[in-house]
Amino acid sequence: MNSKYLPTINAFLETLFSQHATTEAVSWLKEKQELVRTSETGKALYLPFSAAPRYVGKAPVTLTSTALQTANEHRRGFYPANWTLDQLARTILLLSLPSENADNYSKTVLKLFGTADMGELVALYAALPLLPHPEKFVHQATEGIRTNMGNVYEAIALHNPFPSENFSEAAWNQMVLKTIFTGKSISKIYGLDARSNPDLARMLSDYAHERWAAGRTVTPELWRPVGPHLNETILPDIKKLFASFNETEQEAAALACSQSTYPEAQTLLDEHPLLKYKIEEGQLNWSHISNKAIMA
Amino acid sequence: MRFIDPHIHMTSRTTDDYAAMQKAGIVAIIEPAFWLGQPRTELGSFKDYYSSLIGWERFRASQFGIKHYCTIGLNSKEANNEALAEEVMELLPMFICKEGVVGVGEIGYDDQTAAEDKYYRLQLDLAREANLPVQIHTPHRDKKAGTIRSMEVALEHNLDPHMVIVDHNNEETVRDVLDRGFWAAFTIYPNTKMGNERMVEIVKQYGSERIIVNSAADWGISDPLAVPKTASLMLEKGISIDDIHKVCYQNALDSFGQSGQMKESDWLENTTIDQSQKLFNNSILRGGQLPTIGEIRTNPVFDSNIIR
Repeated sequence: MNSKYLPTINAFLETLFSQHATTEAVSWLKEKQELVRTSETGKALYLPFSAAPRYVGKAPVTLTSTALQTANEHRRGFYPANWTLDQLARTILLLSLPSENADNYSKTVLKLFGTADMGELVALYAALPLLPHPEKFVHQATEGIRTNMGNVYEAIALHNPFPSENFSEAAWNQMVLKTIFTGKSISKIYGLDARSNPDLARMLSDYAHERWAAGRTVTPELWRPVGPHLNETILPDIKKLFASFNETEQEAAALACSQSTYPEAQTLLDEHPLLKYKIEEGQLNWSHISNKAIMA
Repeated sequence: MRFIDPHIHMTSRTTDDYAAMQKAGIVAIIEPAFWLGQPRTELGSFKDYYSSLIGWERFRASQFGIKHYCTIGLNSKEANNEALAEEVMELLPMFICKEGVVGVGEIGYDDQTAAEDKYYRLQLDLAREANLPVQIHTPHRDKKAGTIRSMEVALEHNLDPHMVIVDHNNEETVRDVLDRGFWAAFTIYPNTKMGNERMVEIVKQYGSERIIVNSAADWGISDPLAVPKTASLMLEKGISIDDIHKVCYQNALDSFGQSGQMKESDWLENTTIDQSQKLFNNSILRGGQLPTIGEIRTNPVFDSNIIR
């Protein structure tokens, strides 16, 4: 992200904070922001960053759909739907840190990562798409997706545009697979469709085979990034789904075929005219599949 | 009945222990920073250890419906490596104000060397500045003198005795600690520290004010159920429910709660856990395990409630 957008994001977050926090908390944050702005070494950031919950609390910040839309206008893909007050304060503090010198800036922020607790890690990873010098944090973010702490993982992988903009294909593919592996909905991954690729399709198909061999099922959402990359190796998987007694699996198969330019996939879809019709009429899409998966 | 174990080293314990503790009624625990059975040789080992106390271990506990807090400090044994101790002192301010850090600990004396004395004093100052309780480890050898010295030095550094929990007491030290206004914690640890039949006698003699029971369970032969077992034994021996509640729950909450980081609502308002949501098929739950979902019920059944 270009740092020229920083002031508008900052103003947006500050307004949000003042709408939700007590007046004491607002003045506490203002005072600390001033100190951080003039801090040469970043030392002024460390204490208020960790102490934020003690002064501003941890209440959830509820955003209206209009506010969420505004957030997205300021920063495409930014979706602070489940944030807390301390997280908001921490993000504002991070954005107050002088950032002209990329090396100094990233060194200070990475030091925070190195000593962070769970709440701090969630705040840091969810703030990544707002920070200047994103290239400095790619390694940290790919390290982050190795975490076993569910809430920390979600802060990176879900509703966060940073991975799709910065991850290598290998890191991206691992993230998508791990999201499925840990039982979370990949529909919450920003840029899921834009970054689908043949190697990911192969990995997901292999994963489905592994699960099937063990007598387990896979989420029908899995076939979403696979669809655009159907080929002769993967097509038998789709045939298997069409033959399933599970209606959602048949729907997923049809959706996958509809995304593909592979002629045999088109032929397969033609054999299921009702599903094809529903897709063409907009009655069946991947959100429909995701919603069903969440209800189940 | 609900229990708090305010001294237990969970990084050395298994998930079976967590499950058994939850079942026995333990709702919250405090994990003091300690040594790992052998000395660390690098600063990074301390940093990662502190991080694990506020990160992964806390998350792991939450998967079993137990609230995990910790105290952060440089333990007395490792204070003797002065070069390293200096570096650790610079690291501590980055950790003591983190969420869920309820004190500076466990600190104090082991061999009562000059280096131990130096870093004990520096950490007392740090705790006073941060307005945090202090959890004191009293020495195994020359215990009585070491305990008295720990308290005198704390007073010399202007700490309020009400902010100081003196740990690992026994029949020989309890009177001095209580008379000076400090909290007196007792560790029920088989063979080396206190047995819980002795603990019953102490509560009979001294009552329940400012007395706290813990397990200090760690990587040695120890018992993570020491607090509920001792409570059960006390009940059997005729100690009142009210006194048991104080020494096995309320006093731990009142003393460490002074940090502002530990509130009863933390566990009373959040009694449902969902292992499947956060960790399905990953880390804690392995293949074939059924996740625990929903309201937690406790039902302690012990083969024996006596620890000698």
